Amino acid sequence: MTAKTVLILGGTSDVGIATARIYAGKGWRVVLAGRNEAELERNTKDLKARYTTTDASYFRLDILDVEEFLEERLSPLPDTAICVVGLLGDQLLAQRSATRTRDILRTNFEGPALVFETLARQMAQRGGGILVGVGSVAGDRGRASNYIYGAAKGGFAIFLSGLRNRLAGTEVRVLTVKPGYIRTRMTASLKLPNLLTAAPDEVGRAIYRAAEITKRDVIYVRPVWALLMMIVRNIPEKVFKKMKL
Amino acid sequence: MKIGGWGNYPVATTDLCSAYTPDAMQALLAGDRAILARGAGRSYGDAAIGIDRTVDLTRLDRFMAFDETSGLLTVEAGVMLSDIIATLLPRGFFPPVVPGTQFVTVGGMIASHVHGKNHHRDGAFGRYVENMRPALADGSILDCSKTTNETLFRATIGGMGLTGIILTASFRMRRVETGLIRQETLVATDLDEIIKHCEASRDWPYTVAWVDGLAKGSKLGRGLVFRGDHASCDESEPGRNTLETRHRPQKAMPFFFPEGMLNRLTVKAFNEIYYLRGASNRANIVDWERYFFPLDAVPEWNRVYGKRGFIQHQCVIPKSRSRDALGMLLERVSQRGNPSFLAVLKLLGPDDDGLLGFPMEGYTLAIDFPADTKSLALADKLDQIVVAYGGRNYLAKDARQSRSTFESGYPNLGAFRELRRATGAKRKFSSYQSERLGL
Repeated sequence: MTAKTVLILGGTSDVGIATARIYAGKGWRVVLAGRNEAELERNTKDLKARYTTTDASYFRLDILDVEEFLEERLSPLPDTAICVVGLLGDQLLAQRSATRTRDILRTNFEGPALVFETLARQMAQRGGGILVGVGSVAGDRGRASNYIYGAAKGGFAIFLSGLRNRLAGTEVRVLTVKPGYIRTRMTASLKLPNLLTAAPDEVGRAIYRAAEITKRDVIYVRPVWALLMMIVRNIPEKVFKKMKL
Repeated sequence: MKIGGWGNYPVATTDLCSAYTPDAMQALLAGDRAILARGAGRSYGDAAIGIDRTVDLTRLDRFMAFDETSGLLTVEAGVMLSDIIATLLPRGFFPPVVPGTQFVTVGGMIASHVHGKNHHRDGAFGRYVENMRPALADGSILDCSKTTNETLFRATIGGMGLTGIILTASFRMRRVETGLIRQETLVATDLDEIIKHCEASRDWPYTVAWVDGLAKGSKLGRGLVFRGDHASCDESEPGRNTLETRHRPQKAMPFFFPEGMLNRLTVKAFNEIYYLRGASNRANIVDWERYFFPLDAVPEWNRVYGKRGFIQHQCVIPKSRSRDALGMLLERVSQRGNPSFLAVLKLLGPDDDGLLGFPMEGYTLAIDFPADTKSLALADKLDQIVVAYGGRNYLAKDARQSRSTFESGYPNLGAFRELRRATGAKRKFSSYQSERLGL
């Protein structure tokens, strides 16, 4: 049997490399995509040194400039494509800057949606594939402190949900992953509660399991987040307004 | 912010930042401010706390190359030993030297020139480093090995991160057939017998002894000697994948123990049970985790000593004078009746791989104490014995020794200080420990 291929968009991120290692460890061929070529090279080398059997490669992709990518057809078309691209940005700065707001919206929503739409079409033509989109609990409800990021992630989650429904009955599956807090470069400056914060490799393992084994539709990496967000979603807006979360 | 070492004593203020890419180091080294590299933070005292800034290297965790024929592994310095074992044991390789925990980084293992249960035969970790690339005070990155820039190479092994920031290193892994260890336990009823057993076990690759720190009089120095070797395929149960690395469920110590929980009675009871259990359990096959890293089964076991933290006194005494010194050290400890979970004794072999390396041919004794006034006073008394017998203390464990104790134990100190001055490292790289000891 030839090895399956996984494409990881955001292959230079902490979650990207952690997920790549999980797949590579299971014998998959890994293709990383991202903006920083030196980092892509560094991560590809890491995978090759760790797992003899693994074929790892990369290509440059700027999620804010995907036109060219949409024209091409990847060869081989990956069996699974995972998007872990994310830009947290700074809510306060973004409120005063259209450029910053646009970057957050386009990085977290527009780029990933365009890429997935194209991959979904190609996978459907082929007759199978798995698309994994990493959303965020921030997309579950708009909060004062991060609604621009939240809106983009929430938009991506709705996109994934619609795509999943459109493709129901075909062999293409769509998984939405909501990690909650992750200890990464993106959150290094934040003080995060241990109980609610996952390590990158924990997210990678959860993705692999939900995508390839249990074949779920939507997961929270730590179950406690499902409960927490159910509560957050159900607080009446009148009360929520005063909470200034 | 305030950070501590594994012993949570002392806790000190530093500017903590993280390096996410190898390139980040250039910017961090520019300018006048001092800095210090920190790995997993498993040195016990103040060795990995920068006086000014501290840079966490654990995100530089990429493997760079592995040659399956020679076993040569090249990694970034922040790679964890646990990661190396989990990744390469399934392929039949084990690190040449492992310390008492697997949650240390490669950079930290070199900087502390860590030793393991095989030191008497195989030396410490630095001996296996074939090449490394530290970033120096002026921001340049230098290739060094036993044959190129050898002075810097030798100073960086055991150099506590004070010569430069190790970015990458290559070392040779060892081939093993299984992840299992064939272990034998010998019972010693007193100090002479424990030394006799250690000597008799010299041909075993791995040996270590546990000493009952509370035993007195004729029982002084009683304990257990554990010796082991990698088991071959024939010795394991047929059909079992013996190279597997399974994750044991880990229960972290959820909170700091209230002070007083660890007292003379509880530790005495523990020691009694441990001794009897060892005495009834002579030979068996155990997995690598249980053999090498029994304490890792309880993550954050350091919290058992409460918020005040603890210290570990680890010294080595030259072999010819070990017997007398060990007797005096153990007598002091047992007189004081200081609750000590762990008293570990090990025979070390000759070692001149690092300029400031800790190991020398002789016996090393390591004892944990709560960091209270009485124990700190006791540690000072132990230091007097160490100095009188020509021994030295281990910098990776040290949180409190005096400058004069330190200076009497390290004959190459002058050369080390000179190298620090000449390369600009003295101003650039400084820890609370280096300030305290005048490094």
